[in-house]
Amino acid sequence: MMQAFEFEVNGKRVSVTPSIDDTPLLDVLRNTLGLMGTRFGCGLEQCGCCMVLIDGQPEKSCAKPMWSVAGKSVTTIEGLGTSEAPHPLQQAFLDEQAGQCGYCLSGIIVSAKALLDKNPAPTRAEIAAALDANICRCGSHNRILRAVGKAAAMMRNGAGR
Amino acid sequence: MNAPLPGPLQDNPRLDRWLAFAAPGQVTVLTGRVELGQGVLTAMAQIAADALDVSLARITVRSGDTAVTPNEGYTAGSQSIQSGAMALRQACAEVRALFMAAAAKKLGCNASALTIRDGAVLRDGVPTAENYWTLSPSVNLAVEANGAAMATTDFTAVGTSTARLDLPDKIFGAPAFIHDMRLDGMRHARVVRQPSLHAAIETIDEASLKRAAKAPVEIVRNGNFLAIVGDDETAVERAAIAALTAVRWNNVEQPAASQQEAGWLLQRPMIDIRYGAPEAPAAPGTTRFDATYSRGYLAHASISPSCGLAVYKDGHLTVWTHCQGVFPLRGALARTLKLAPENMTVVHVQGSGCYGHNGADDAAADAAIIAMHVPGAPVRVRWRREEEFVYEPKTSAMVVKVHAHLDADGTPSDWTAEIWSGTHNGRPGSGANLLGAYALPEHPPDPPPGDVPESNGGGATRNAEPLYDIPQKRILQHLVTETPVRVSSLRGLGAMPNVFALECAIDELAERAGRDPVDYRLSITSDRRARAVIEKAAAMANWRPDAPSGSGIGRGLAFARYKNKAAYAAVVVELEVGDEIRLRHVWCATDAGLVVNPDGAINQLEGGIIQSASWVLKEQVRFDGGVASFDWQTYPVLKFSEVPEIDIELINTRDPVPLGVGEATAGPTAAAIGNAVSHALGIRIRDLPLTRERLLAALLRD
Repeated sequence: MMQAFEFEVNGKRVSVTPSIDDTPLLDVLRNTLGLMGTRFGCGLEQCGCCMVLIDGQPEKSCAKPMWSVAGKSVTTIEGLGTSEAPHPLQQAFLDEQAGQCGYCLSGIIVSAKALLDKNPAPTRAEIAAALDANICRCGSHNRILRAVGKAAAMMRNGAGR
Repeated sequence: MNAPLPGPLQDNPRLDRWLAFAAPGQVTVLTGRVELGQGVLTAMAQIAADALDVSLARITVRSGDTAVTPNEGYTAGSQSIQSGAMALRQACAEVRALFMAAAAKKLGCNASALTIRDGAVLRDGVPTAENYWTLSPSVNLAVEANGAAMATTDFTAVGTSTARLDLPDKIFGAPAFIHDMRLDGMRHARVVRQPSLHAAIETIDEASLKRAAKAPVEIVRNGNFLAIVGDDETAVERAAIAALTAVRWNNVEQPAASQQEAGWLLQRPMIDIRYGAPEAPAAPGTTRFDATYSRGYLAHASISPSCGLAVYKDGHLTVWTHCQGVFPLRGALARTLKLAPENMTVVHVQGSGCYGHNGADDAAADAAIIAMHVPGAPVRVRWRREEEFVYEPKTSAMVVKVHAHLDADGTPSDWTAEIWSGTHNGRPGSGANLLGAYALPEHPPDPPPGDVPESNGGGATRNAEPLYDIPQKRILQHLVTETPVRVSSLRGLGAMPNVFALECAIDELAERAGRDPVDYRLSITSDRRARAVIEKAAAMANWRPDAPSGSGIGRGLAFARYKNKAAYAAVVVELEVGDEIRLRHVWCATDAGLVVNPDGAINQLEGGIIQSASWVLKEQVRFDGGVASFDWQTYPVLKFSEVPEIDIELINTRDPVPLGVGEATAGPTAAAIGNAVSHALGIRIRDLPLTRERLLAALLRD
């Protein structure tokens, strides 16, 4: 009998009993909890498509064993905002049309959230350095950098509080 | 006299293949073009909104479904707007005319008294009770287009930057991609790939596979096609990784390091094809210029590995795929599986950006082959990252030699581009170029070797012909029939290496003539629109003819008209060279004629610039007894911190004819970087990528 693990996802307590002891967090999010927003990109912790926040820190979830988040708090793209109540980052990405295929965007927005949580007024270079943990293949980089800068300004002006 | 119909409308003349008014107040637009992250479905909605006189919000676009949409072949070659949208616009205009006639009959008036506003019929400007939806039952759309109606050129949606319809789902983390599809009773699968095309299974250590899985998995085998199937994706993935050592293969042939560089192609069996003027001896008084340029193999390196779903139920096979052509894939699958196409449906679902023929078709074929072995159960195959890098079709390495005869004033009178390359057309459509198919006991025969002909935009020869005023021009193509890895289409096909060669050569000629490269180009360019983008890009960048060379900071300009028949683009790059090349700023002027969604077009141009910069500065697929570029560390691409600032201006946007824009910037960006590096260092590097090793070697040689 496999062990059940409890943790928090987007503010809700969940209990998961994976059939395999080292099932990656990403597989649990997508296949057990049905949260498809966190995308599979490489399984090698290289591309950042699967970025989530674990206790507020940006972490790649594709190779992180489920058991390592027991008792912790996980935030995914679904936990940031909705189309009715978008997070300022999501609003800024819409405003800037910051994306082409969009496959990398969940991970990028989560990385950006972690950056803005600790640095509310980042420079373009600081945003770029933070996003070097993520790969965008379509070439939407400049729009994404603009959108993160814009979201930071929106949040400094009180949006999303 | 009626105008000739756009090609896709000639191929699919029935109007009900393009439009439906199924629900009140709603319009369904059907298109054979598919969303690849380029925003094409939004542009199609804009086109239809104006041509029908309905608001954008009423339009739903369905695309790429063999059961309902028109067959428009592949979504490729920057053809979607130039060709596909013009077909849709004409279909909408004809449908609109049929409704106007029906309204006139019903209202007992002349059609010329009627107008349409947001789908509602007005008579002499006054609302009536009629609209598309009240009239729909009396209008038969099962008729063929005849070219009688003219689409409006009174644009509201067209020409206005419009938010992409598909982006919200991707920004809010909705299940937007094929990877996110979950069907009832769905089973997960991975393929244990043949290491090379003719490899045969020697032994399978089934016990160790199943042990590694840690949860139940099954093995499906047909000839040398081997797959692992199970209900738990984690277990299936684990078994697939274990299979890399648990399955042994015979007859494996791997690409060697010695085959990695483009120069290897020069001595291979080849088919020679010639385009253009006959070869001529140099005229008296002319001098010769000869230079050799090259580029290595590149990967599409899509951000997500390929994925495919299929179910075989009650004698019908349904396949979901993110490939570029659902109809050609259906044909290839029909030949592979010996099924009748009418017993198959192939549906496009979005994947990540593909930039050409990546593993999408193959993953769909994998799912289809497995689905035939487990009837009734939907099967989902998702490739592993390493699988995508190793097995996706690469774009061929290329060698381009430029031979020119120069007049006394240093301008070319005769130009030859001599090209060595594998094919750029390895798509499944014409045969069954599907990886899984090669592993089956019986494989449909391959089509004879060939490449995209110049009349169709060219493959290896794309953009090899200069647009400049040169009296004699020719292309000598050496189509190398066997390459160390499978090769096919990548964004722009041969255009990037050809424009790199051509536009670097033009800079070299300008330098020999002691002329400013912008001034030199303009002196041999009579095409008005070409001149305009060159002048515009130079002005945007504050181009200075007297900027000193060799300072470590350089500027370069390059120009091309994509395929010599799509959008015009001129690019200026400013960079600095230290240990490696750092891009500072890129300016780009583009004439794409009528632009449907300006922000969407700019997004595509920016993407082309950044992707090309990545190709030029970083990318080459390495071989080392196998494909040695198998992840993001062994195949690095441009990072956020390495991306330059970019300014783009669109000019001439109210020209009546749209020109394809998606691939327009890749060639000019590559050459502008090459020219800027030469300007910065005072040394010309003619081989791509411009890695640190190449820079050092060039500096030491000099």
